[in-house]
Amino acid sequence: MQNPCVTFHRINAGSDRALIALSIDGRAVTGLDGDTLLSVLIMHRGALRRAEAGGDLRAGFCGMGACQDCWITLADGRRVRACSTLAEAGMAIVTNLDHGQ
Amino acid sequence: MGNETETPRIAIVGGGPAGMRAAGLLAAAGLRPVLFNEAPEPGGQIYRRPPPPLRTVLSPARLYGPDAVRAMALHSDFEAVADRIDHRSGTLVWNIMKQEHGGFRLLHQDADGGQGAHNCDAVILATGAMDRILPMPGWTLPGVWSMGGAQVMLKGQASLVGRRPVFAGSGPLLYLVAWQYAKEGGRPAAVIDASTFAAKLRAAPMLAARPAVALRGLAMAAALRLRGIPVIEGAHADRIEATDTGMRVHWSSSTSSGQIDGDAVAIGHGLKSEQQLAELLGCRSRHNAESGQWLIETDPEGRTSVAGAYLAGDMAGIRGGHAAEFAGELAAWALLADLKHRDNASRRAVLRRKLSRQDRFRRGLEQAFPFPQHRIASLPDETIVCRCEGISASALRRAITDWQPADVNRLKAMSRCGMGRCQGRLCGQIAAGLLTAQLGRTPGDVGHLRAQAPIKPIPGSQLIVEKGAVE
Ligand code: FES
Repeated sequence: MQNPCVTFHRINAGSDRALIALSIDGRAVTGLDGDTLLSVLIMHRGALRRAEAGGDLRAGFCGMGACQDCWITLADGRRVRACSTLAEAGMAIVTNLDHGQ
Repeated sequence: MGNETETPRIAIVGGGPAGMRAAGLLAAAGLRPVLFNEAPEPGGQIYRRPPPPLRTVLSPARLYGPDAVRAMALHSDFEAVADRIDHRSGTLVWNIMKQEHGGFRLLHQDADGGQGAHNCDAVILATGAMDRILPMPGWTLPGVWSMGGAQVMLKGQASLVGRRPVFAGSGPLLYLVAWQYAKEGGRPAAVIDASTFAAKLRAAPMLAARPAVALRGLAMAAALRLRGIPVIEGAHADRIEATDTGMRVHWSSSTSSGQIDGDAVAIGHGLKSEQQLAELLGCRSRHNAESGQWLIETDPEGRTSVAGAYLAGDMAGIRGGHAAEFAGELAAWALLADLKHRDNASRRAVLRRKLSRQDRFRRGLEQAFPFPQHRIASLPDETIVCRCEGISASALRRAITDWQPADVNRLKAMSRCGMGRCQGRLCGQIAAGLLTAQLGRTPGDVGHLRAQAPIKPIPGSQLIVEKGAVE
Protein backbone atom coordinates (compact mmCIF):
# COMPACT_ATOMS: atom_id res chain seq x y z
CA MET A 1 0.00 0.00 0.00
CA GLN A 2 1.37 3.40 -0.92
CA ASN A 3 -0.53 6.57 -0.33
CA PRO A 4 0.85 8.62 -3.23
CA CYS A 5 -0.56 11.98 -2.20
CA VAL A 6 1.18 12.24 1.16
CA THR A 7 4.92 12.67 1.36
CA PHE A 8 7.62 14.85 2.89
CA HIS A 9 9.91 17.07 0.86
CA ARG A 10 13.43 17.40 2.16
CA ILE A 11 14.72 20.94 2.04
CA ASN A 12 18.31 19.72 2.13
CA ALA A 13 18.44 17.50 -0.93
CA GLY A 14 22.07 16.73 -1.66
CA SER A 15 23.28 16.94 1.92
CA ASP A 16 25.81 14.33 2.93
CA ARG A 17 23.75 12.50 5.56
CA ALA A 18 24.52 8.80 5.73
CA LEU A 19 21.99 6.30 4.41
CA ILE A 20 20.29 3.97 6.87
CA ALA A 21 18.97 0.58 5.80
CA LEU A 22 15.82 -0.64 7.52
CA SER A 23 12.67 -2.46 6.53
CA ILE A 24 8.93 -1.91 6.48
CA ASP A 25 6.80 -5.05 6.46
CA GLY A 26 9.76 -7.08 5.24
CA ARG A 27 10.64 -4.80 2.35
CA ALA A 28 14.01 -3.06 2.45
CA VAL A 29 13.89 0.75 2.53
CA THR A 30 16.45 3.47 3.16
CA GLY A 31 16.26 6.52 5.34
CA LEU A 32 18.77 9.22 6.15
CA ASP A 33 20.72 9.55 9.38
CA GLY A 34 18.62 11.84 11.58
CA ASP A 35 15.24 10.74 10.19
CA THR A 36 12.52 9.80 12.63
CA LEU A 37 10.55 6.63 11.96
CA LEU A 38 7.63 8.93 11.17
CA SER A 39 9.61 10.52 8.34
CA VAL A 40 10.70 7.12 6.99
CA LEU A 41 7.14 5.80 6.97
CA ILE A 42 5.66 8.92 5.38
CA MET A 43 8.35 8.95 2.69
CA HIS A 44 7.87 5.30 1.80
CA ARG A 45 4.25 4.55 2.57
CA GLY A 46 2.48 7.88 2.99
CA ALA A 47 0.90 6.65 6.23
CA LEU A 48 1.78 4.89 9.49
CA ARG A 49 -1.06 2.59 10.36
CA ARG A 50 -4.74 1.87 10.18
CA ALA A 51 -6.81 3.08 13.11
CA GLU A 52 -8.10 0.39 15.47
CA ALA A 53 -11.54 1.97 15.32
CA GLY A 54 -12.72 2.12 11.71
CA GLY A 55 -9.53 1.09 9.92
CA ASP A 56 -8.89 4.46 8.29
CA LEU A 57 -5.32 5.44 7.48
CA ARG A 58 -3.37 7.52 9.99
CA ALA A 59 -0.14 9.37 9.42
CA GLY A 60 0.64 11.20 12.66
CA PHE A 61 -0.54 14.68 13.49
CA CYS A 62 1.35 16.71 16.11
CA GLY A 63 4.90 15.49 15.47
CA MET A 64 5.83 16.31 19.07
CA GLY A 65 4.78 13.39 21.21
CA ALA A 66 1.45 14.86 22.31
CA CYS A 67 -1.34 13.37 20.17
CA GLN A 68 -0.19 9.71 20.39
CA ASP A 69 -1.41 9.13 16.82
CA CYS A 70 1.87 7.61 15.69
CA TRP A 71 2.43 4.49 17.81
CA ILE A 72 3.91 1.70 15.71
CA THR A 73 5.40 -1.75 16.28
CA LEU A 74 8.88 -3.07 15.57
CA ALA A 75 9.52 -6.69 14.71
CA ASP A 76 11.32 -7.21 18.03
CA GLY A 77 8.05 -6.46 19.81
CA ARG A 78 8.87 -2.91 20.86
CA ARG A 79 6.08 -0.32 20.63
CA VAL A 80 7.43 3.12 19.81
CA ARG A 81 6.12 6.56 19.00
CA ALA A 82 7.26 7.13 15.43
CA CYS A 83 7.57 10.92 15.73
CA SER A 84 9.98 10.74 18.63
CA THR A 85 12.07 7.71 17.64
CA LEU A 86 15.10 8.11 15.40
CA ALA A 87 15.59 5.53 12.67
CA GLU A 88 18.46 3.11 13.28
CA ALA A 89 20.05 0.71 10.85
CA GLY A 90 18.43 -2.70 10.93
CA MET A 91 15.12 -1.63 12.43
CA ALA A 92 12.22 -3.68 11.13
CA ILE A 93 8.88 -1.85 11.19
CA VAL A 94 5.73 -3.94 11.15
CA THR A 95 2.57 -2.10 10.09
CA ASN A 96 -1.04 -3.08 9.57
CA LEU A 97 -1.26 -0.91 6.44
CA ASP A 98 -1.79 -3.87 4.11
CA HIS A 99 -4.60 -5.35 6.14
CA GLY A 100 -7.14 -3.37 4.17
CA GLN A 101 -10.48 -2.23 5.42
CA MET B 1 11.21 20.19 53.94
CA GLY B 2 13.68 17.72 55.36
CA ASN B 3 16.74 18.51 57.35
CA GLU B 4 17.74 22.19 57.16
CA THR B 5 21.42 21.34 56.84
CA GLU B 6 20.93 19.05 53.87
CA THR B 7 20.88 20.46 50.37
CA PRO B 8 17.28 20.56 49.21
CA ARG B 9 16.53 18.18 46.38
CA ILE B 10 14.90 20.01 43.48
CA ALA B 11 13.39 18.42 40.38
CA ILE B 12 12.37 20.25 37.24
CA VAL B 13 10.13 18.63 34.66
CA GLY B 14 10.42 20.04 31.15
CA GLY B 15 13.48 21.03 29.11
CA GLY B 16 12.10 24.04 27.25
CA PRO B 17 13.03 27.68 27.90
CA ALA B 18 11.26 27.75 31.30
CA GLY B 19 12.88 24.56 32.59
CA MET B 20 16.27 25.56 31.22
CA ARG B 21 16.24 28.99 32.91
CA ALA B 22 15.01 27.49 36.18
CA ALA B 23 17.72 24.83 36.07
CA GLY B 24 20.36 27.43 35.24
CA LEU B 25 19.54 29.58 38.26
CA LEU B 26 19.29 26.65 40.67
CA ALA B 27 22.59 25.30 39.38
CA ALA B 28 24.21 28.70 39.91
CA ALA B 29 22.81 28.65 43.47
CA GLY B 30 24.64 25.37 44.02
CA LEU B 31 21.58 23.13 44.29
CA ARG B 32 22.35 20.70 41.46
CA PRO B 33 18.77 20.33 40.22
CA VAL B 34 17.56 17.24 38.41
CA LEU B 35 16.08 18.21 35.04
CA PHE B 36 13.74 15.67 33.47
CA ASN B 37 13.33 16.25 29.77
CA GLU B 38 11.21 14.03 27.56
CA ALA B 39 13.11 15.21 24.50
CA PRO B 40 16.66 14.08 23.73
CA GLU B 41 17.89 17.70 23.74
CA PRO B 42 17.09 20.83 25.72
CA GLY B 43 15.17 23.60 23.95
CA GLY B 44 11.54 22.54 24.14
CA GLN B 45 9.38 22.84 21.06
CA ILE B 46 10.18 26.47 20.33
CA TYR B 47 13.97 26.15 20.46
CA ARG B 48 14.03 22.54 19.34
CA ARG B 49 17.33 21.43 17.87
CA PRO B 50 17.39 18.97 15.02
CA PRO B 51 19.14 15.61 15.53
CA PRO B 52 22.95 16.00 15.14
CA PRO B 53 23.16 14.78 11.50
CA LEU B 54 20.85 17.65 10.53
CA ARG B 55 22.63 20.45 12.38
CA THR B 56 24.80 21.41 9.41
CA VAL B 57 21.71 21.65 7.21
CA LEU B 58 19.76 23.98 9.47
CA SER B 59 21.62 26.93 10.94
CA PRO B 60 20.09 28.61 14.00
CA ALA B 61 19.18 31.59 11.81
CA ARG B 62 17.13 29.32 9.56
CA LEU B 63 15.64 27.44 12.48
CA TYR B 64 14.63 30.30 14.72
CA GLY B 65 14.50 33.33 12.43
CA PRO B 66 14.32 36.55 14.43
CA ASP B 67 14.59 34.57 17.70
CA ALA B 68 17.95 33.06 16.75
CA VAL B 69 20.00 35.31 19.06
CA ARG B 70 17.72 34.55 22.00
CA ALA B 71 17.76 30.82 21.24
CA MET B 72 21.55 30.71 21.04
CA ALA B 73 21.91 32.67 24.29
CA LEU B 74 19.56 30.26 26.03
CA HIS B 75 21.42 27.21 24.77
CA SER B 76 24.87 28.60 25.56
CA ASP B 77 23.86 29.81 29.06
CA PHE B 78 22.52 26.34 29.73
CA GLU B 79 25.67 24.66 28.47
CA ALA B 80 27.81 26.88 30.69
CA VAL B 81 26.23 25.34 33.83
CA ALA B 82 25.32 21.94 32.36
CA ASP B 83 27.89 20.14 34.52
CA ARG B 84 26.03 21.39 37.61
CA ILE B 85 22.68 20.03 36.41
CA ASP B 86 21.66 16.39 36.56
CA HIS B 87 20.09 16.38 33.10
CA ARG B 88 17.98 13.32 32.39
CA SER B 89 17.15 13.65 28.73
CA GLY B 90 14.83 11.30 26.90
CA THR B 91 13.06 10.73 30.22
CA LEU B 92 9.28 10.86 30.51
CA VAL B 93 7.87 11.69 33.95
CA TRP B 94 4.55 9.87 33.80
CA ASN B 95 3.32 10.24 37.38
CA ILE B 96 3.88 12.52 40.32
CA MET B 97 2.53 12.30 43.86
CA LYS B 98 2.82 13.99 47.21
CA GLN B 99 4.84 12.18 49.85
CA GLU B 100 3.33 11.63 53.24
CA HIS B 101 5.95 13.68 55.09
CA GLY B 102 6.37 16.44 52.52
CA GLY B 103 8.07 16.45 49.16
CA PHE B 104 7.18 14.58 46.01
CA ARG B 105 7.75 11.28 44.25
CA LEU B 106 8.12 11.19 40.46
CA LEU B 107 7.83 8.03 38.39
CA HIS B 108 9.66 8.09 35.12
CA GLN B 109 10.59 6.05 32.09
CA ASP B 110 14.16 6.50 30.92
CA ALA B 111 15.56 6.76 27.43
CA ASP B 112 16.44 3.05 27.45
CA GLY B 113 12.90 2.09 28.47
CA GLY B 114 13.78 1.37 32.11
CA GLN B 115 11.50 2.53 34.90
CA GLY B 116 12.58 4.67 37.82
CA ALA B 117 11.33 6.67 40.79
CA HIS B 118 12.73 9.94 42.07
CA ASN B 119 12.05 11.70 45.37
CA CYS B 120 12.47 15.44 45.79
CA ASP B 121 11.62 18.23 48.23
CA ALA B 122 10.30 20.71 45.67
CA VAL B 123 9.40 20.59 42.01
CA ILE B 124 9.14 23.06 39.16
CA LEU B 125 6.79 21.84 36.46
CA ALA B 126 7.33 23.32 33.00
CA THR B 127 5.85 20.85 30.54
CA GLY B 128 4.85 23.38 27.91
CA ALA B 129 1.97 23.29 25.49
CA MET B 130 0.58 21.65 22.40
CA ASP B 131 -1.64 22.70 19.52
CA ARG B 132 -5.22 23.62 20.19
CA ILE B 133 -7.37 22.08 17.52
CA LEU B 134 -10.89 22.69 16.29
CA PRO B 135 -11.76 19.48 14.46
CA MET B 136 -13.57 19.38 11.13
CA PRO B 137 -14.57 16.58 8.80
CA GLY B 138 -11.40 15.18 7.24
CA TRP B 139 -8.94 16.32 9.92
CA THR B 140 -7.79 12.75 10.63
CA LEU B 141 -6.73 12.16 7.00
CA PRO B 142 -3.06 11.48 6.27
CA GLY B 143 -1.54 14.75 5.11
CA VAL B 144 -3.33 16.85 7.72
CA TRP B 145 -0.96 18.11 10.44
CA SER B 146 -1.24 20.28 13.45
CA MET B 147 0.34 23.72 12.93
CA GLY B 148 3.06 22.88 15.44
CA GLY B 149 3.57 19.52 13.74
CA ALA B 150 4.14 21.17 10.37
CA GLN B 151 6.74 23.38 12.04
CA VAL B 152 8.39 20.48 13.87
CA MET B 153 8.91 18.64 10.57
CA LEU B 154 10.70 21.72 9.29
CA LYS B 155 12.78 22.43 12.42
CA GLY B 156 13.40 18.86 13.50
CA GLN B 157 13.48 16.96 10.20
CA ALA B 158 14.37 19.59 7.59
CA SER B 159 11.30 18.49 5.67
CA LEU B 160 8.17 20.16 4.41
CA VAL B 161 4.91 18.26 4.97
CA GLY B 162 3.98 19.40 1.46
CA ARG B 163 5.16 21.83 -1.18
CA ARG B 164 1.79 23.57 -1.31
CA PRO B 165 0.17 23.16 2.08
CA VAL B 166 -3.00 24.97 3.07
CA PHE B 167 -2.57 26.70 6.45
CA ALA B 168 -5.82 27.18 8.37
CA GLY B 169 -6.69 28.33 11.87
CA SER B 170 -5.55 31.35 13.82
CA GLY B 171 -2.89 32.67 16.14
CA PRO B 172 0.71 33.79 15.71
CA LEU B 173 1.91 30.35 14.56
CA LEU B 174 -0.39 30.45 11.53
CA TYR B 175 1.52 33.21 9.76
CA LEU B 176 4.88 32.21 11.17
CA VAL B 177 4.75 28.63 9.89
CA ALA B 178 3.30 29.65 6.51
CA TRP B 179 6.11 32.19 6.19
CA GLN B 180 8.77 29.65 7.17
CA TYR B 181 7.42 27.25 4.53
CA ALA B 182 7.49 29.98 1.90
CA LYS B 183 11.09 30.80 2.81
CA GLU B 184 12.24 27.19 2.71
CA GLY B 185 11.03 26.50 -0.81
CA GLY B 186 7.38 25.73 -0.23
CA ARG B 187 4.55 27.68 -1.77
CA PRO B 188 1.61 27.76 0.63
CA ALA B 189 -1.63 27.24 -1.30
CA ALA B 190 -3.39 29.68 1.04
CA VAL B 191 -3.58 30.99 4.58
CA ILE B 192 -7.11 30.76 5.95
CA ASP B 193 -7.24 32.95 9.06
CA ALA B 194 -10.30 32.55 11.29
CA SER B 195 -9.72 35.89 12.93
CA THR B 196 -11.09 39.03 11.33
CA PHE B 197 -9.18 42.17 10.54
CA ALA B 198 -11.50 44.02 12.93
CA ALA B 199 -10.63 41.73 15.83
CA LYS B 200 -6.94 42.32 15.23
CA LEU B 201 -7.49 46.06 15.12
CA ARG B 202 -9.42 45.99 18.41
CA ALA B 203 -6.54 44.12 20.02
CA ALA B 204 -3.90 46.53 18.70
CA PRO B 205 -3.55 48.60 21.91
CA MET B 206 -2.74 45.48 23.91
CA LEU B 207 -0.50 44.02 21.25
CA ALA B 208 1.48 47.25 21.44
CA ALA B 209 2.91 45.92 24.71
CA ARG B 210 5.37 44.11 22.45
CA PRO B 211 5.47 46.23 19.30
CA ALA B 212 8.32 44.37 17.61
CA VAL B 213 6.56 41.03 17.89
CA ALA B 214 3.22 42.47 16.79
CA LEU B 215 4.84 44.08 13.75
CA ARG B 216 6.60 40.86 12.89
CA GLY B 217 3.23 39.13 12.50
CA LEU B 218 1.92 41.90 10.26
CA ALA B 219 5.10 41.86 8.18
CA MET B 220 4.85 38.13 7.61
CA ALA B 221 1.24 38.39 6.46
CA ALA B 222 2.20 41.20 4.11
CA ALA B 223 5.18 39.25 2.74
CA LEU B 224 2.98 36.25 2.04
CA ARG B 225 0.52 38.43 0.16
CA LEU B 226 3.36 39.98 -1.77
CA ARG B 227 4.35 36.54 -2.98
CA GLY B 228 0.87 36.08 -4.33
CA ILE B 229 -0.20 33.67 -1.62
CA PRO B 230 -3.91 34.10 -0.87
CA VAL B 231 -4.53 35.24 2.71
CA ILE B 232 -8.22 34.90 3.54
CA GLU B 233 -9.20 36.63 6.79
CA GLY B 234 -12.31 35.99 8.83
CA ALA B 235 -12.74 32.59 7.18
CA HIS B 236 -12.98 29.07 8.56
CA ALA B 237 -11.86 25.77 7.10
CA ASP B 238 -15.09 23.75 7.11
CA ARG B 239 -14.03 20.44 5.64
CA ILE B 240 -10.94 18.68 4.28
CA GLU B 241 -11.06 15.98 1.62
CA ALA B 242 -8.46 13.88 -0.10
CA THR B 243 -8.51 14.13 -3.90
CA ASP B 244 -6.64 12.04 -6.47
CA THR B 245 -3.81 14.51 -6.47
CA GLY B 246 -3.76 15.97 -2.96
CA MET B 247 -5.95 17.69 -0.42
CA ARG B 248 -8.87 20.06 -0.81
CA VAL B 249 -9.99 22.48 1.90
CA HIS B 250 -13.51 23.91 1.76
CA TRP B 251 -13.78 27.25 3.52
CA SER B 252 -16.41 29.84 4.23
CA SER B 253 -16.72 33.29 5.74
CA SER B 254 -19.75 35.41 6.54
CA THR B 255 -19.72 36.80 2.99
CA SER B 256 -18.28 34.11 0.73
CA SER B 257 -16.95 30.59 0.41
CA GLY B 258 -14.62 28.56 -1.76
CA GLN B 259 -12.17 25.73 -1.93
CA ILE B 260 -8.39 25.55 -2.05
CA ASP B 261 -6.34 22.68 -3.44
CA GLY B 262 -2.98 21.85 -1.94
CA ASP B 263 -0.85 18.82 -1.14
CA ALA B 264 -1.08 18.97 2.67
CA VAL B 265 -2.98 20.85 5.35
CA ALA B 266 -1.85 22.37 8.65
CA ILE B 267 -4.49 23.35 11.19
CA GLY B 268 -4.43 24.94 14.63
CA HIS B 269 -5.99 27.65 16.78
CA GLY B 270 -3.10 28.58 19.01
CA LEU B 271 -1.82 26.46 21.85
CA LYS B 272 -3.09 24.81 25.00
CA SER B 273 -1.21 24.03 28.20
CA GLU B 274 0.05 20.55 28.98
CA GLN B 275 -0.87 20.54 32.67
CA GLN B 276 -1.45 16.87 33.47
CA LEU B 277 1.30 16.58 36.11
CA ALA B 278 0.00 19.59 38.03
CA GLU B 279 -3.48 18.05 37.94
CA LEU B 280 -2.19 14.75 39.28
CA LEU B 281 -0.68 16.68 42.20
CA GLY B 282 -4.05 18.21 42.91
CA CYS B 283 -3.07 21.78 42.06
CA ARG B 284 -6.16 23.94 41.96
CA SER B 285 -7.33 25.07 38.51
CA ARG B 286 -10.01 27.39 37.28
CA HIS B 287 -11.71 28.16 33.99
CA ASN B 288 -10.20 31.18 32.31
CA ALA B 289 -12.83 32.98 30.24
CA GLU B 290 -10.37 34.97 28.10
CA SER B 291 -8.66 31.91 26.70
CA GLY B 292 -11.59 29.54 27.18
CA GLN B 293 -9.22 27.10 28.87
CA TRP B 294 -8.81 25.62 32.31
CA LEU B 295 -5.59 26.90 33.84
CA ILE B 296 -3.72 25.86 36.95
CA GLU B 297 -3.87 28.66 39.52
CA THR B 298 -0.54 30.24 40.39
CA ASP B 299 0.56 33.41 42.12
CA PRO B 300 2.57 35.89 40.01
CA GLU B 301 5.78 33.99 40.81
CA GLY B 302 4.55 30.53 39.88
CA ARG B 303 3.51 29.07 43.25
CA THR B 304 0.60 26.63 42.95
CA SER B 305 -1.95 25.71 45.60
CA VAL B 306 0.32 22.79 46.54
CA ALA B 307 3.23 23.89 48.74
CA GLY B 308 6.56 23.09 47.11
CA ALA B 309 5.13 22.76 43.58
CA TYR B 310 5.80 25.59 41.11
CA LEU B 311 4.72 26.15 37.52
CA ALA B 312 6.50 28.01 34.75
CA GLY B 313 6.20 28.60 31.03
CA ASP B 314 3.31 27.78 28.72
CA MET B 315 2.14 25.09 31.11
CA ALA B 316 0.72 27.88 33.28
CA GLY B 317 -1.04 29.67 30.38
CA ILE B 318 0.13 30.49 26.89
CA ARG B 319 2.59 33.38 26.92
CA GLY B 320 5.27 32.06 24.58
CA GLY B 321 8.97 31.27 24.75
CA HIS B 322 10.14 34.74 25.70
CA ALA B 323 7.91 34.85 28.79
CA ALA B 324 8.79 31.25 29.59
CA GLU B 325 12.41 32.24 30.21
CA PHE B 326 11.33 34.93 32.69
CA ALA B 327 8.81 32.61 34.34
CA GLY B 328 11.35 29.81 34.71
CA GLU B 329 13.86 32.08 36.38
CA LEU B 330 11.16 33.65 38.57
CA ALA B 331 9.80 30.29 39.76
CA ALA B 332 13.35 29.28 40.68
CA TRP B 333 13.86 32.53 42.62
CA ALA B 334 10.53 32.01 44.40
CA LEU B 335 11.56 28.49 45.31
CA LEU B 336 14.96 29.65 46.61
CA ALA B 337 13.28 32.35 48.69
CA ASP B 338 10.69 29.91 50.08
CA LEU B 339 13.48 27.51 51.04
CA LYS B 340 15.25 30.43 52.74
CA HIS B 341 18.25 29.41 50.69
CA ARG B 342 18.82 32.72 48.93
CA ASP B 343 16.71 35.67 47.83
CA ASN B 344 16.84 38.50 45.36
CA ALA B 345 13.67 40.51 45.88
CA SER B 346 14.58 43.18 43.35
CA ARG B 347 15.23 40.64 40.60
CA ARG B 348 11.91 38.99 41.42
CA ALA B 349 10.20 42.36 41.10
CA VAL B 350 11.85 42.97 37.71
CA LEU B 351 10.76 39.58 36.44
CA ARG B 352 7.20 40.09 37.70
CA ARG B 353 7.04 43.38 35.81
CA LYS B 354 8.37 41.79 32.63
CA LEU B 355 5.80 39.03 32.91
CA SER B 356 2.91 41.38 33.40
CA ARG B 357 3.88 43.13 30.15
CA GLN B 358 3.83 39.71 28.49
CA ASP B 359 0.45 39.08 30.07
CA ARG B 360 -0.98 42.17 28.47
CA PHE B 361 0.37 41.01 25.12
CA ARG B 362 -1.11 37.55 25.66
CA ARG B 363 -4.52 39.05 26.35
CA GLY B 364 -4.13 41.04 23.14
CA LEU B 365 -3.40 37.84 21.21
CA GLU B 366 -6.44 36.17 22.72
CA GLN B 367 -8.54 39.12 21.57
CA ALA B 368 -7.01 39.18 18.11
CA PHE B 369 -7.20 35.41 17.65
CA PRO B 370 -10.13 34.20 19.75
CA PHE B 371 -10.80 30.47 19.74
CA PRO B 372 -13.98 29.99 17.68
CA GLN B 373 -15.86 28.42 20.56
CA HIS B 374 -19.22 29.03 18.81
CA ARG B 375 -18.22 26.65 16.02
CA ILE B 376 -18.18 23.66 18.34
CA ALA B 377 -21.97 23.66 18.67
CA SER B 378 -22.35 23.57 14.89
CA LEU B 379 -19.73 20.90 14.13
CA PRO B 380 -21.14 18.63 11.40
CA ASP B 381 -22.37 15.32 12.83
CA GLU B 382 -19.78 13.26 10.94
CA THR B 383 -16.82 15.15 12.45
CA ILE B 384 -14.49 12.83 14.35
CA VAL B 385 -14.01 14.53 17.71
CA CYS B 386 -11.89 11.88 19.45
CA ARG B 387 -9.37 10.61 16.93
CA CYS B 388 -7.97 7.93 19.25
CA GLU B 389 -11.29 6.15 19.68
CA GLY B 390 -12.98 7.33 16.49
CA ILE B 391 -15.90 9.05 18.28
CA SER B 392 -17.96 11.40 16.11
CA ALA B 393 -19.85 14.55 17.06
CA SER B 394 -23.13 12.73 16.44
CA ALA B 395 -22.15 9.91 18.82
CA LEU B 396 -21.35 12.49 21.47
CA ARG B 397 -24.60 14.37 20.88
CA ARG B 398 -26.50 11.11 21.25
CA ALA B 399 -24.68 10.27 24.47
CA ILE B 400 -25.45 13.74 25.82
CA THR B 401 -29.15 13.39 24.96
CA ASP B 402 -29.40 9.87 26.37
CA TRP B 403 -27.42 10.32 29.56
CA GLN B 404 -27.57 14.03 30.35
CA PRO B 405 -24.09 13.73 31.89
CA ALA B 406 -23.37 16.13 34.73
CA ASP B 407 -19.85 16.89 33.53
CA VAL B 408 -17.35 16.04 30.82
CA ASN B 409 -15.82 13.18 32.83
CA ARG B 410 -19.25 11.50 32.94
CA LEU B 411 -19.57 12.09 29.20
CA LYS B 412 -16.22 10.37 28.73
CA ALA B 413 -17.41 7.34 30.67
CA MET B 414 -20.61 7.15 28.61
CA SER B 415 -19.06 7.75 25.18
CA ARG B 416 -15.38 6.64 25.42
CA CYS B 417 -14.43 10.11 24.10
CA GLY B 418 -11.09 10.94 25.73
CA MET B 419 -10.36 7.36 26.81
CA GLY B 420 -7.76 6.78 24.14
CA ARG B 421 -4.01 7.11 24.17
CA CYS B 422 -3.92 10.89 24.17
CA GLN B 423 -6.18 11.11 27.24
CA GLY B 424 -8.39 13.72 25.68
CA ARG B 425 -5.61 16.20 24.97
CA LEU B 426 -7.19 16.98 21.61
CA CYS B 427 -10.87 16.21 22.19
CA GLY B 428 -11.45 17.23 25.83
CA GLN B 429 -12.25 20.88 25.18
CA ILE B 430 -14.42 19.98 22.21
CA ALA B 431 -16.44 17.42 24.18
CA ALA B 432 -16.88 20.00 26.94
CA GLY B 433 -18.00 22.57 24.35
CA LEU B 434 -20.61 20.19 22.91
CA LEU B 435 -21.88 19.52 26.42
CA THR B 436 -22.18 23.20 27.38
CA ALA B 437 -23.91 24.02 24.10
CA GLN B 438 -26.39 21.17 24.15
CA LEU B 439 -27.39 21.31 27.81
CA GLY B 440 -27.02 25.06 28.29
CA ARG B 441 -24.42 24.69 31.02
CA THR B 442 -21.44 26.87 31.80
CA PRO B 443 -17.83 25.77 31.17
CA GLY B 444 -17.29 25.89 34.93
CA ASP B 445 -20.11 23.37 35.43
CA VAL B 446 -19.02 20.80 32.86
CA GLY B 447 -15.37 20.94 33.98
CA HIS B 448 -12.45 19.39 32.15
CA LEU B 449 -11.16 15.87 31.60
CA ARG B 450 -9.13 14.71 34.59
CA ALA B 451 -5.57 13.63 33.92
CA GLN B 452 -4.64 10.08 34.80
CA ALA B 453 -1.32 8.34 35.30
CA PRO B 454 0.47 7.39 33.18
CA ILE B 455 0.00 10.77 31.49
CA LYS B 456 1.35 9.27 28.27
CA PRO B 457 1.36 5.63 27.21
CA ILE B 458 4.24 3.60 28.59
CA PRO B 459 5.19 1.11 25.90
CA GLY B 460 5.93 -1.81 28.23
CA SER B 461 2.56 -1.75 29.93
CA GLN B 462 0.80 -0.96 26.70
CA LEU B 463 2.31 -4.01 25.04
CA ILE B 464 0.92 -6.17 27.80
CA VAL B 465 -2.52 -4.60 27.51
CA GLU B 466 -2.63 -4.94 23.74
CA LYS B 467 -1.34 -8.50 23.73
CA GLY B 468 -4.01 -9.34 26.25
CA ALA B 469 -6.62 -7.79 23.96
CA VAL B 470 -5.46 -9.71 20.91
CA GLU B 471 -5.18 -13.12 22.53
S1 FES C 1 2.54 12.51 15.81
FE1 FES C 1 1.57 13.13 17.67
S2 FES C 1 2.55 11.87 19.13
FE2 FES C 1 3.64 11.37 17.32
